[in-house]
Amino acid sequence: MKRDEFAELRSRMVELAEGRTPLRLMEVCGTHTVSFFRSGVKSLLPEGVELVSGPGCPVCVTSQGYLDAACQAAARPDTVICTYGDMVRVPGTTGSLESLRGQGARIRVVFSARDALNHAAENPQDQVVFLAVGFETTSPGTAATLLEARARGVKNFFVLPAHKRIMPAMIALLSAKKSSIDAFVLPGHVSIILGLAPYEPIARDFGKACVVTGFEPEQLAHGVLRLLELLAEGRAAIENVYGVAVRPEGNPVARALVEQVFEPCDAEWRALGSIPDSGLALRPAFAAFDAFAALDLTEGPNVEPDGCRCGEVIQGLISPVDCALFGRGCSPRLPVGPCMVSSEGTCAAWYKYGKQRRP
Amino acid sequence: MCLAVPGKVVKLHGGKDADPVTRTASVDFHGSQVDVSLAMVPEAELGSWVLVHAGYAISLIDIDEARKTWEWLEAADLVEDMPEELRKATPDETPTKEQKA
Repeated sequence: MKRDEFAELRSRMVELAEGRTPLRLMEVCGTHTVSFFRSGVKSLLPEGVELVSGPGCPVCVTSQGYLDAACQAAARPDTVICTYGDMVRVPGTTGSLESLRGQGARIRVVFSARDALNHAAENPQDQVVFLAVGFETTSPGTAATLLEARARGVKNFFVLPAHKRIMPAMIALLSAKKSSIDAFVLPGHVSIILGLAPYEPIARDFGKACVVTGFEPEQLAHGVLRLLELLAEGRAAIENVYGVAVRPEGNPVARALVEQVFEPCDAEWRALGSIPDSGLALRPAFAAFDAFAALDLTEGPNVEPDGCRCGEVIQGLISPVDCALFGRGCSPRLPVGPCMVSSEGTCAAWYKYGKQRRP
Repeated sequence: MCLAVPGKVVKLHGGKDADPVTRTASVDFHGSQVDVSLAMVPEAELGSWVLVHAGYAISLIDIDEARKTWEWLEAADLVEDMPEELRKATPDETPTKEQKA
């Protein structure tokens, strides 16, 4: 974005925000957290307009108990864990998957659930467990992989389900007494799948404006500007500035895949507790792929490490710098909580890009 | 990671009768070809630009948007090089499929 465009945008934002501050805009996508920092748009915001991060990083909201179950599976000599990279260093109650590597556990980073399935097909002597973590952008891929596993008759492939749905979490945040969110920046890629209709309750029932934006600097600035315009008009609407990729109807083929394989269930979010209908469970027809059952794994309790305030961070209640551990005992190299481990965790983003590094 | 990377469909695998859910293609990302599932984009054809997330194409995308996305990914140190075709493409280039807002 050119300098004069930047300046013009800023003055428009200042104008729109005049007399209406403080305003708290929440984004719920880990990639947005990082992009807002990197693009400089975060620093473009006028005085009194705050951009806070919500629970947009699926790794960060994965419960400790799930990590413990994954570690149980990893400890078995006949089992290979296939996972997205971010999960490897998240600490459970007794250690991370990475720490188990040192004890001989086989942890394989994959880019796709399909890679995990292919590994299983090529290695029938292994039990392959795929850690199915992610929001709506990712769950269709897991669903498609399970359909393919069934079609190919692969018997040694399992998933440990932890997929989540973003809308129930947003509703839970809005319903909480301490909620002070004025508007939402909606995730770009989740919205490619969902379209716009699923977000309507936010406008209709809570009177909040939402704008779907992409990830380039122009997009981010445009999205925030549009939100400020809607706030100035007092209009609660769901809009989309990422029309080149997000269609109003979303991707119905992707949603149909999820519908075939999964059904909504209550799910435990790290530090947020149980949120109704916020998770995806395998339908009975796919129960044979459930690693919990097949490997007799138990989900442990959620126990937050002492001093860790990730829960308040992911609700947008505090900034990472408000946590006493930030930069003092908790850093990307030695993370205490998940917000610092994931490259898209709020704390990791602040640590890497924020001006206030250490209090 | 919500990251989705734009690439071009350069080879379709399987015949026309292949089950759409198992349809895959070679998708070119800055010179490297990766096997990608087209299960979610039955409308993708040879030459289509797609957004790929975790091994699955989730959407078609036009060439201009693909270029902007690459620029951002490059600036964010997430990819090494923009594909040759994007560097050469001008705004007049007809996209394979137009996304309407």
